[in-house]
Amino acid sequence: MHSSVSVSVEGLVRRYGKVTAVDGLDLEVREGECFGLLGPNGAGKTTTIEVIVGLLSPSSGEVRVLGRRWGEDDAGLRSRIGVALQETRFADRLTVREVVGLFRSFYPAGRDPLDVVREVGLEEKGAAWTSKLSGGQRQRLALACALVGDPELLVLDEPTTGLDPQARLRMGETIRSYRDRGRTVLLTTHYMDEAQRQCDRVAVIDRGKVIALGSPAELVRSLGGDLVVELALSEGEVSESEFRDVAGVRGIRRSNGAFHITAGESHVTVPALLERLRSLGAAPAQMTIRHATLEDVYVSLTGRNLRDE
Amino acid sequence: MSRALVQLTVTRVREIFRQPEAIFWTFLFPVLMAVVLGVAFRGERPDPSAAVVVEGRGADRLEAALRGDAAVRVERMDAEAAGARLRAGRAAILLIPGDPVTFRYDPTRPESELARVRVNAALQRAAGRIDPIAVREERLNERGSRYIDFLVPGLLGMNLMGGGLWGIGWIIVEMRIRKLLKLQLTTPMRRRDFLLSHVLVRLVFIPLEVVPLLYLSYLLFDVRVAGSLGAVALASCLGAVSFAGLGTLIASRAKTTGAISGLINLCSLPMFVLSGVFFSTARFPEALQPWIRVLPLTALIDALRSVMGEGATIAAIGPQLILLVLWGVASFAVALRVFRWS
Repeated sequence: MHSSVSVSVEGLVRRYGKVTAVDGLDLEVREGECFGLLGPNGAGKTTTIEVIVGLLSPSSGEVRVLGRRWGEDDAGLRSRIGVALQETRFADRLTVREVVGLFRSFYPAGRDPLDVVREVGLEEKGAAWTSKLSGGQRQRLALACALVGDPELLVLDEPTTGLDPQARLRMGETIRSYRDRGRTVLLTTHYMDEAQRQCDRVAVIDRGKVIALGSPAELVRSLGGDLVVELALSEGEVSESEFRDVAGVRGIRRSNGAFHITAGESHVTVPALLERLRSLGAAPAQMTIRHATLEDVYVSLTGRNLRDE
Repeated sequence: MSRALVQLTVTRVREIFRQPEAIFWTFLFPVLMAVVLGVAFRGERPDPSAAVVVEGRGADRLEAALRGDAAVRVERMDAEAAGARLRAGRAAILLIPGDPVTFRYDPTRPESELARVRVNAALQRAAGRIDPIAVREERLNERGSRYIDFLVPGLLGMNLMGGGLWGIGWIIVEMRIRKLLKLQLTTPMRRRDFLLSHVLVRLVFIPLEVVPLLYLSYLLFDVRVAGSLGAVALASCLGAVSFAGLGTLIASRAKTTGAISGLINLCSLPMFVLSGVFFSTARFPEALQPWIRVLPLTALIDALRSVMGEGATIAAIGPQLILLVLWGVASFAVALRVFRWS
């Protein structure tokens, strides 16, 4: 195995009774990158994370973290990893500084809790009980607890779920500055835009399997074109197949009554589409052109919308 | 002691001190209970029996005969009101004038039975009965033999049990629900330190659970410790360890606060009743006694009572102390095996 791989997962299967949450999952997180597991709720992201951080044992498959297997020297391995899980509620009546200090005491080496509290932007709340924190502040506290052991690998399960856009941006900055120091980040999210902004590479997960892997730009390129024409009709009934042979069209799907047409060049495809509509006797109600996103990748791979889940 | 163990213990102690309700239940409630029960069962003078003379011919004579007896508190009312009193338990006995005089009472109520004896004696004596045997009464009201002297060790034991079961059981389950256990498990924190910190927290709180209760019952009721304070301290510590183990054990699998409070009650209610907190275990049938004696609360209360009441030495309460240690160690060992961390 190459030394620059932080996490490698091969053929991971995890069952809960009869339910298979993770079904033969492979991925590799390289040292120094921010890697995102992207997928809807229930895709198996959290289970994968819990196996990687050694909370769950795999039903089968091979997991290596920082070059080690779980069960060899767990305490040593844990001291090199910082973890923030979903929905952790810290003790209500401890202050931010006390909680971070407590987590610092678990690690043989680490950073000054005050520095970490400052880094995540909670210095003003340092003496406040955790029960007085907003949702975003709580997530940042969880991040501080994950950072205080000065880990080589940071594992974050849904770090921005439920946060307002400003808090998400702020969280993103802290995570990026950690990665910029050459450390590795593995995070899960179901926000496509965030994965696109935040991650060097993403694995799109669906039903316990990786269905696409690469940098956000690569994944979008795999659609064949990086533009999407969204087209809603005001009159006339047209089937998808009528657009397939229009010049420049690389893919087409229908969602909420609108066509999402992937194309390479708008100046070729848009006039051709309008021409086709006219010849079919249909009129467009609305037509928008936007850049393709990871969401389009997900939908084109699964035929489902992320938010439907 | 590792830094993590110190931090786990210190933060937990801080947290408890920041919860007014925890302070109330742990420290003030037992003291209040001792005060209330101590006042209710002062035991200085036996309460007079509440007798009611029902209106009718001859009621005057009955009333006059009872007025002279300090052991009876007599009232007079019509049959309906008197009946209501008796049913409500506010009168121990009704006297209905006539020949013969009728005593109406419930013989299964100890205070009614006592009232019957007293009322009968007062009436017979007033009518001229001369007791054939002369007796001299020596009334005991020594320190150490009153109900409050019996009660205080019981309350101490109950308090230590509550602290262990609720203070550890409830808290661990709450941390599990908050997913804090799971998160801490991803750190290099040693599981042993985590569990041990709860025991240490209990030991920190023992002085607060024991000293105010002992001191107040000394001030208010002159309850004294006949044996050494060291023996009381040792028994309290081992009792706390024993219930810390039990608290950890019942918290080892529970996933909801409903489950844990059910388990705590399941564990503590039988001991409340059987282990002699409020009344002597001798009231239970012989067949039950061996089972009652192995309960940790029985061992703890027996040990405390022997030290406080009879001045027993540490050696004399050795068997109880060993039993407490065994409970603590055994339940802790099982808890470690079956503990659900995530």
